[in-house]
Amino acid sequence: MKEELIISGRMNPNIDPVLHLWHWEIPVYLFLGGLAAGLLFFAAFYVIRDEKDRFPTAVKIAPILAPIAIIIGLIALFLDLKHKLFFWRLYTVIRLESPMSWGAWVLMIITPLSFMWVGGFLKEVFPKIDLKKGFSSKLLKLVFKESEGEVNWKWKYNFLETFEKFIIFRRKELAWVILFYSLILGVYTGILLSAFNARPLWNTAILGPIFLVSGFSTAAASIMWMSKLPEEKKWFSKIDIMLIIIELFFILHLFMGFLAGPQVQVDAAALFWGGQFTVYFGLFVVILGLIMPAIFEVMELSGIHVHISIPAFLILFGGLIFRFVMVEAGQITRYLY
Amino acid sequence: MRYAMAIDTKKCVGCSDCVVACQTENNIPLGYARDWVTETINGVYPSLQLEFRSERCNHCDNTPCVRTCPTGASHVIEGGIVKVTHEKCIGCGACIQSCPYDARYSSPEGWVDKCTFCDHRLKDGQNPACVEVCPTHCMYFGDLDDSNSPVSKVMANRKWKVLAPEAGTSPQIFYLI
Repeated sequence: MKEELIISGRMNPNIDPVLHLWHWEIPVYLFLGGLAAGLLFFAAFYVIRDEKDRFPTAVKIAPILAPIAIIIGLIALFLDLKHKLFFWRLYTVIRLESPMSWGAWVLMIITPLSFMWVGGFLKEVFPKIDLKKGFSSKLLKLVFKESEGEVNWKWKYNFLETFEKFIIFRRKELAWVILFYSLILGVYTGILLSAFNARPLWNTAILGPIFLVSGFSTAAASIMWMSKLPEEKKWFSKIDIMLIIIELFFILHLFMGFLAGPQVQVDAAALFWGGQFTVYFGLFVVILGLIMPAIFEVMELSGIHVHISIPAFLILFGGLIFRFVMVEAGQITRYLY
Repeated sequence: MRYAMAIDTKKCVGCSDCVVACQTENNIPLGYARDWVTETINGVYPSLQLEFRSERCNHCDNTPCVRTCPTGASHVIEGGIVKVTHEKCIGCGACIQSCPYDARYSSPEGWVDKCTFCDHRLKDGQNPACVEVCPTHCMYFGDLDDSNSPVSKVMANRKWKVLAPEAGTSPQIFYLI
């Protein structure tokens, strides 16, 4: 057999024998970023459509997870940096050619917006807060103070009260802005990877839409898991089935593109078809993370009771594993040796 | 001006002198290397062909590392040399992920480091350290825009190839074959 044997003398840490520079931090961030993007999108979407009373969980409760997810994601991103104390350099330039640069700026914008969104609904979601007893009350008293009436608390500072009124008054405008930025955030989690042309597995334009749809699917799963209203549960279950079908379709396209592509992409696809990621991807992502929850949701909708936590957990789990697999496998794919 | 390097694979014996010279000249931390030697064996026994290549950053014309850098730490200086400003680098790894040659590494201090074509030596009219020490004189360095430079002259008379041209980066290290 004619073959080429390559021996490289390079042994740089994290680069050789195979590139392994990004560890758990990046996939965790990509997962949380996609989840937050989806939660904020649905919340904003149903406010714009004037359906906030029909979907209270999606609009008021589930978005509470968004700023938490973004903050944990940002901490993960920070931990990933190797020259940490210079992180502020990200905010000294806007480099439109670099997805990481505009991603950092989008996060800078959407993080405060997500806090504003949650803050605007806080009195509706938590009308009673115990500020009298316990350790937590001491922390809560940093921003809240006691008050009379149906809502037993107020913002501690008057400007926050005024700001809250402004947010409630301008909620629809805020929703439009959040809708726009949540879409960018959702696509960005995929574009981040697809911009690296040296990694054939990532270097495909369909990664943006896949990560967007997958993020929205995990968000829909979270909403239906958190919701107590049967109608809302059912609605988000239907949305989720649709998103799963779209995602499966995109994944099929991803591999069609690889198999019709150059040798390096054929090799990249081989990692998932008989290669070392076959089980992780086939079993955990496609079967357990997409097909099974879709079947459970269809069963539930057609009257066979399946506890909602099962499909919801599977979708979240599948979404997380998907990002781990893409980041790990992508770093293995390459042009040279 | 366009700095480039031509490396004669027929002359290279894979001694790794270039690697040691670079490590010494640029004070590279232990265990890291900005250049390295690759050995490829082609064919079916007993008809085999051996090729040695001294490899490093290709100082590409189309630089994905500079494009994806979020802070502008990776940049191109005069002569097409790709450099990293340590004080601007946050160590995110975007440039490392985007380099098809895996020519960059994350230094123990955190910033990303790579071959600089020894630009501090070029200022004094000297060759890069690797070129200077090569015992077989297999490396040619100079300005591609100057037809009298060593690199232009040798490339005019020899067949050459570049590594992974399909990655689309327009590399500027040429291997004479």
